[in-house]
Amino acid sequence: MSAQVPELEVRDFSSVSPQKPWKLSPREVAINASTILIALILSPIIVQVTPLKGKLGLVLTFILVAMVGNIVLSFLRQGVQAIGNSIASTFIYLAAGLVLLPVASIFFTVIMRGYHAVRINTFTQDMSVTQSDGPYTEGGALHAILGTLMLVLIASLISVPIGILTALYLTEVKGRAEGTIRFLVQAMSGVPSIVAGLFIYSVLIVGAGGHYSGFAGALSLSILMLPTVARTAEEVLKLIPRDLREAGVALGGTQWRTVVMVVVPAARSGIVTAIILGVARVAGETAPLLLTILGSTTTHLNPTDAPISALPLYTFNLLRTGLNVAIDRAWTGALVLMILVLILFVLARLASGRKK
Amino acid sequence: MSTPTSVPLQSEIPPARAIILTRRLSDRVFRGVVTAGGFVSLIVLGLIALFLASRSIDIFKTFGFGFITEFKWDSGDPDNGIPPVLGIGAMLIGTIVTAVVGLVIALPVSVGMALFLEYYMPIRLKKSLTMVIDLMAAIPSVIFGLWGFFVLMPHAIYWAKLLHKYFGWIPFLDVQAPIFERSPFIAGLILSIMIIPIVTSISREVFSQVPLDRIQAAYALGATRWTMIKAVVLPFGSSGIAGGAMLGLGRAMGETVAVYLVLNLYFQPNFQVLFSAGGSVASMIVTKFGEAGQLELQGLMAAGLVLFIVTLIINFLSNMIVKRTSRTGN
Repeated sequence: MSAQVPELEVRDFSSVSPQKPWKLSPREVAINASTILIALILSPIIVQVTPLKGKLGLVLTFILVAMVGNIVLSFLRQGVQAIGNSIASTFIYLAAGLVLLPVASIFFTVIMRGYHAVRINTFTQDMSVTQSDGPYTEGGALHAILGTLMLVLIASLISVPIGILTALYLTEVKGRAEGTIRFLVQAMSGVPSIVAGLFIYSVLIVGAGGHYSGFAGALSLSILMLPTVARTAEEVLKLIPRDLREAGVALGGTQWRTVVMVVVPAARSGIVTAIILGVARVAGETAPLLLTILGSTTTHLNPTDAPISALPLYTFNLLRTGLNVAIDRAWTGALVLMILVLILFVLARLASGRKK
Repeated sequence: MSTPTSVPLQSEIPPARAIILTRRLSDRVFRGVVTAGGFVSLIVLGLIALFLASRSIDIFKTFGFGFITEFKWDSGDPDNGIPPVLGIGAMLIGTIVTAVVGLVIALPVSVGMALFLEYYMPIRLKKSLTMVIDLMAAIPSVIFGLWGFFVLMPHAIYWAKLLHKYFGWIPFLDVQAPIFERSPFIAGLILSIMIIPIVTSISREVFSQVPLDRIQAAYALGATRWTMIKAVVLPFGSSGIAGGAMLGLGRAMGETVAVYLVLNLYFQPNFQVLFSAGGSVASMIVTKFGEAGQLELQGLMAAGLVLFIVTLIINFLSNMIVKRTSRTGN
């Protein structure tokens, strides 16, 4: 069957990746490392000798010494042109440091201060019989953990189907309003969370005479979650090759069958990522919950009839009491919340990584 | 296993089927459902505007434009004949001041970080650092507030004092009294940390689209890394950066809980960013919500409506700018 292919010298250019000229040469790395080392050694000495003092003085001296060192070394090697380059490099490294420092500090603080008040009862008891400044061995965040889980579950049940439908509208149906809807989803992702809470409050609690309830909270969260799910799912569906859709239709499938049996399964892991990112977006929201679930100290599992609590709100309300022990509990709440968000984040990474 | 497939005879070839161009019922239903789902965002946005407007119509009838320009929030005292005066002017100005302070700090740092990720890092480190930026965006705002209040504020007060000591001659770095706690400067610092991930990831996205041949051309002409960035990357990415900055500004203006914890609300406009008095519409809603009477509640709805409209406009502008970049980029 197969025809004889004449031997041709085929040079495969596709494997030649374009050069990235900004890549650092080992020598440059060595120079950078040595200036940082020199600055590390010199700056404490300078601080000791001169009237500069304190941590701020040390840091500023370090930056200055590193910059000067870098300038001198690169000037010696490359001439005047390199001076501007060195100054810019120093500032860009400084910017990176300024971004990473707060992240590290936040994680460090939350772990160190949150760990302090963790006991087994943190996960098994609620605050119904405990004062917020009671001993650590009493009371816990069970009601808040359950509340957060409940809110996130209901919000997902509402916003995930709608979000995926929106993404399908933008990528598969491509109706007349495609541009408008894409724009509105973008606009929706910028709605301040407090406005979402205020909206649900005005509709459900003032308007319909309802109660503060988990359901109201979940509705306000789903407003915030919908754009995240829709946009992420859209990005993923866009990556599914056209060939798959054409193959589905060519095999005689209707569009409905093609989407449900070919396109969506192909994008499954990406859609899981979309859901997890949506959950991570809303799990830590506080402002809308203040206006919709109000907060509570008891474990309450019915989402429709009474105020409940949630981890961010638990943290916030304990913090507002201003009592030392309560603030320790607030840090514990923050730690549990942070761990929850981290788990979701890692899950999202794993789900989206599996695709490759 | 392999059986020889019989070659169909001419007569066995089925006649060509008619091509049907109308959609089947199942497809029509499918497209209907999906379209309905797609329009939910339109409906929700419309409902938000409609409900907040209908709840706050009385406020605008009573106070008119004064609701936006008045610097006073007083629920009045009907027994003594003191009429209520509700106005969010100071809060609106405060919202803009804190958001701008946040953006002024965040913008250079974010652009620097984006350049760092794109042009200063080996690929492997770049991936994990990008992940850190994404993770930063996922940290709940209550945690930012908690950290801002207990960890950042003591440091920030010290920085504010230094700034005041050496740059106090600049009008907006002056203070009327040496109170540095809970100032717009500190709120702006927290906001800057919260919007850095957004501005960074949008800038990085734009930088990664810079055509490689232009970069190589710049190097071939003898540019250093920085002159290349100045001549190629920044001009290419400028409107993308502007769009990202606007998006960050919108996010900063809507931020509630973190600002609530680190900002002292004060119903007078204050442009001295180091002084302990500021405003934020979103935080005001949380502050006043618990104790609000009927009229004040309507006032809060109106404040929410104003905030909604302002952030919507800013979002609209930023999306336009980002979209224009990605079109001209190619």
